[in-house]
Amino acid sequence: MREKRIDHAEAASEFIASTEHVEFHDRRLWDLRKKRDRESESIPEWETLRALASAIKEHTLTHLADYLEEFERNAVRNGAKVHWAVDAQAHNDIVFDILRTRDARTLVKAKSMLTEECEMRPFLEKRGIQVIETDLAERIQQLDDEPPSHIVVPSVHKLRQDVAQVFGRTIGTDPNNSDPHYLAESQRRNTRPYFLEADAGMTGANFAVAETGSIVVCTNEGNADLSVNVPPLYIASVGIEKLVPRLEHLAVYIRMLSRSALGSPITQYTSHFRAPRPGTEMHIVLVDNGRSERLGMAEFWTSLKCIRCGACMNTCPVYRRSGGLSYGATYSGPIGVIIDPTFNLRKYSNLPFASTLNGSCTNVCPVKINIHDQIYKWRQVIAERGQLPFVKKQALQAAGKVLASPKLYRAAVEGVHVAAEHLPRFMVYSRFNAWGRSRDVPAAPPQTFRQWYLNNRGSQ
Amino acid sequence: MSSRDDILDAVRRNQPVPRPLPVVPMFDDALPPALEAFKANVTRMGGQAVELPVSADLDAFMRERFPDARVTCSATPEVTGTRDLADVQEPANLHDVDVGVVRARFGVAETGSVFLSETEFSVSALGYLAQHLIVLLDPDAIVPNLHQAYRHEAFHAARYAVLMTGPSATADIEGILIHGAQGVRSLTVVLTPRR
Repeated sequence: MREKRIDHAEAASEFIASTEHVEFHDRRLWDLRKKRDRESESIPEWETLRALASAIKEHTLTHLADYLEEFERNAVRNGAKVHWAVDAQAHNDIVFDILRTRDARTLVKAKSMLTEECEMRPFLEKRGIQVIETDLAERIQQLDDEPPSHIVVPSVHKLRQDVAQVFGRTIGTDPNNSDPHYLAESQRRNTRPYFLEADAGMTGANFAVAETGSIVVCTNEGNADLSVNVPPLYIASVGIEKLVPRLEHLAVYIRMLSRSALGSPITQYTSHFRAPRPGTEMHIVLVDNGRSERLGMAEFWTSLKCIRCGACMNTCPVYRRSGGLSYGATYSGPIGVIIDPTFNLRKYSNLPFASTLNGSCTNVCPVKINIHDQIYKWRQVIAERGQLPFVKKQALQAAGKVLASPKLYRAAVEGVHVAAEHLPRFMVYSRFNAWGRSRDVPAAPPQTFRQWYLNNRGSQ
Repeated sequence: MSSRDDILDAVRRNQPVPRPLPVVPMFDDALPPALEAFKANVTRMGGQAVELPVSADLDAFMRERFPDARVTCSATPEVTGTRDLADVQEPANLHDVDVGVVRARFGVAETGSVFLSETEFSVSALGYLAQHLIVLLDPDAIVPNLHQAYRHEAFHAARYAVLMTGPSATADIEGILIHGAQGVRSLTVVLTPRR
């Protein structure tokens, strides 16, 4: 399958075209980053917690099969039914089969990146199931027929006027009233009847506890609790990497998740679904979809430690100024850049270049994934597998030759100020120079450092 | 082979060299007084914390706080509601409840959270379908942090357990904080000993 390669820079140019949007996006996410800093700095053991969070995940992942079996045993003992899905298709088939055999037509669901990854919603809708996203931002995205642009705040790229337009078009609000209170209240009232009448509820999982067989879901809106506690049927979609051994380990992650994500000490609701209510059903779908293969990648398996807090996205200068949709993938930002190529190397081969390798993502990661190192390693993999885009390849080959030869290097550097001054603008700012598209090349000094050194210190 | 075996085999085949499981400390040295920290965090998370003596009339407190409430529903015998939970056949029957009342098992000072499960709620949807929620909490039942909280046996017995912190909230539109997203619009934690 040769899918078209995502051109991140090209896609981002659409987002960048609206200054108002880019400026707000940048400011809002940086604000989350600053709130995260305030929280992490208020906890003396923060760095110890990071080390623990990393070590517990590494232990769990290196014993994952045993923990999956323990989780399954306990979930079954609790009265849940456990299903195993090799890939996205299998996941969707299992979910549809559960719904179909119980004649369930409407599904209220909490936000789940895994169901996005599996493209479950369109799959179910095509088969006559009405799916209602119940998280406000996810609902905005559903009604606008757009994927989430951020794993924690899915509609962060939209301004209030955009939301007013979407709701005006879809749920009958006044499209000219962009008061956030009015919009949120309208969505609450529109969604409430679905909770009351739904045949089934669904959540993803932030964590799954092997010791108890529990699914742990963190939300601020209470929509997961409504999705599970009202309808007679509950389905949880769980990536196999979500396991933690015991409740005492969960404490480490709950302390860090919302602090890293939003800068609050905990989400409003940290919910533990262990067993179905009497007279109802609980199904757990454990999904692989490439995770077991990623576990075998020596350089990249630690990306499975990710707890999806989004801190790396909030801090990333490229993400903040390009918007999540420009990555053209389920997972965007730094974490997306290192996960997406495992799904489709060719399609996502441009993404590891959407980074300045500044390392900020690695520094804020609560589970200490070496994100920027992995971005760099993906670039190497992409070059080795011949997936570099033509322009980048030509430029790097030329640069390689020049940098390998002192003579060529000197000639090139000495030529810069001549070139920058005398080359016609269309040549410097051509489509082959992505860097020059939204920046001016700085004025070159009249003298190179080597010329200055020879003139001033050459005789010493 | 089944999908289950396929996945477990692939995982076993690809698991990197085993890493040890670290011991998680309790991090409970030199923590601030639990009650004060708890109250401060409830407030920070958008809830209200009120201390009432054991002699206080909780029914009167509820009426005074929510004078316009028509349907009230209490999961604790300490407060009398207009709707008896024993009459509730389906969770959705609670859709018109204005104020719900429940007594929490314990609180967590670090976050301002209260522990609730189906044992406390009787019908867990009460905590979400009600417009407002009053949670009673014994001031002596506050653990210092989440490490202590997750050692609590209650997590093992509960089918459904929640650490609830403040009211339902969203900041999904331009980061503007709004209380009453999908769940309760307000959360009042009444610190008062069990009657």
